[in-house]
Amino acid sequence: MHRHFKAKVVDNNFAAEAFKLITLSPVSEALVPLPGQFYMLESGRSTDPLLKRPFSVFRFNEGSLQFLYRIRGRGTTSIAGFNKGDLINVVGPLGKAYPEPDGRFMAVTGGVGIASLYSLLERNRGNSVLFYGARNAAELLYREEAEKLSAKAFFTTDDGSAGEQGLVTDKLSEFIKNEGKSMPVYACGPHPMLRKVAAIAKQNNLKCYVSLEEHMACGIGACLGCVVKAKSSVGDYGYKRVCKEGPVFDADEVLW
Amino acid sequence: MKAPNLAVDIAGLKLKNPVMTASGTFGYGEEYSDYFDLNALGAVVVKGLSVGPRTGNPTPRIVETPSGMLNAIGLQNIGVKTFIDEKLPFLRRFDTKVIANFFGDSIEEYVECARMLSDAEGVHALEMNISCPNKQEGWIVFGTDPMTMDKVITAARKATGLPLIVKLSPNVKDIGQMAKIAESAGADAVSAINTITGMVIDVRKRAPVLANKTGGLSGPAIRPVAVRMVWEVCRAVKIPVVGMGGIMNAEDALQFLIAGAKAVAVGTANFITPSAACDVVEGLKLFLETEGVSDINEIIGTVRA
Repeated sequence: MHRHFKAKVVDNNFAAEAFKLITLSPVSEALVPLPGQFYMLESGRSTDPLLKRPFSVFRFNEGSLQFLYRIRGRGTTSIAGFNKGDLINVVGPLGKAYPEPDGRFMAVTGGVGIASLYSLLERNRGNSVLFYGARNAAELLYREEAEKLSAKAFFTTDDGSAGEQGLVTDKLSEFIKNEGKSMPVYACGPHPMLRKVAAIAKQNNLKCYVSLEEHMACGIGACLGCVVKAKSSVGDYGYKRVCKEGPVFDADEVLW
Repeated sequence: MKAPNLAVDIAGLKLKNPVMTASGTFGYGEEYSDYFDLNALGAVVVKGLSVGPRTGNPTPRIVETPSGMLNAIGLQNIGVKTFIDEKLPFLRRFDTKVIANFFGDSIEEYVECARMLSDAEGVHALEMNISCPNKQEGWIVFGTDPMTMDKVITAARKATGLPLIVKLSPNVKDIGQMAKIAESAGADAVSAINTITGMVIDVRKRAPVLANKTGGLSGPAIRPVAVRMVWEVCRAVKIPVVGMGGIMNAEDALQFLIAGAKAVAVGTANFITPSAACDVVEGLKLFLETEGVSDINEIIGTVRA
């Protein structure tokens, strides 16, 4: 079994406007990922785009891996062009997974951050209280499925087209005040959202794990391009690799 | 047919094949040992070391460019002592040469670094980085000024008995001239090229993408420039040359060897394909077999130019 393998594209379909779900089937035996881990996917056949792109594993089951992604830059535009049957190079699973929750937990996500948290909800069916925010109803991807996997679910949108209009972090604060005092928080989403979630958790003395996203060249710990400023035992701060020491960090380690 | 000979000799350093890893793209080797057997390589060149640890530059540190990437890592490293204590024992387990890349802020630091590494068991050669483009403003750039370059190489030469490879900057007017200075200051070999200084601007923010503003360009985008410069360096000096710059496969590596490089280094390709350096070794073997060449040394420097 190898962390570097070829996989066949089984499907690469739109999940919403500008979002796609790619399903891969490794051609050789591959390692089984844990929720929160990620893969580097080939970004095309030529040298432009050049680098692989990192994606959290969305779902996995018997021999297939799924990744949910937003088509945004040159890499994802190129990946969106892969067709059924194409063979692509993949490296993974990589990085640290979410620590296994011990009972109930809160899961907070914004936008395509659901891609990283979904498999955690699936693995811990019925144990999560989900807080899921997006710009609008159309971008609340896999809303129904995520709701079914959770004990309780709150949805927010910027425009009020689904769930409550407002910020997912406000909903989180409100819930913690009323009934969430003893649950750990798991979060993945835009950096400003994560910063806010970390602050809320800290105020309430709750354990908080965040999955960070960064541009990466290698994904395997060599290039030192994806680092994040973190607390250090020597000096005021150090840089930790999102690909190796992360992508899941204890929110307390990160210098926000 | 007998398997072709791939072994080369760089200033007394005997490599089982001419393929190395470029410094800064291969960590301290450990990260890649999950992906292939490091014994396959001619040499591992480790991430640049300074006497003490360095935190490196703020982020963003990398950005992709057409067929390449810019980096401004800022020489983040664990320091020579931690390298020797914690990383070198792992590398000693392999039958491949270990080349320690090192740098300093002053001539004294270069000398100290060279001394410490020379005393370490399992370091087979030194590569001196006088050409990293990612130093902050106000720092002395040793590799672009002939006088300072001569001084720092002369001092490091006296501090080590190991083969000393000097890594040349492409950000100069005449790289052949700089290679000659390295040769006369006592370098046993030169390596070329380091990254080419570049910049990417985010037009919406009207600001550079990299926190360091500029960074070093690498990848296939720089290959033709690198091949030309390596060819010029090979004509300028008698000491061996290690060629690098955008090598993605054996065919690319052969361009450098034919231009006159005695060995090559695979850099950015390691990021894209973790087994890239090992794949280049295999590709070279295959090329020699198909071309009916029994020894890689028969290829080196055969460019008709």
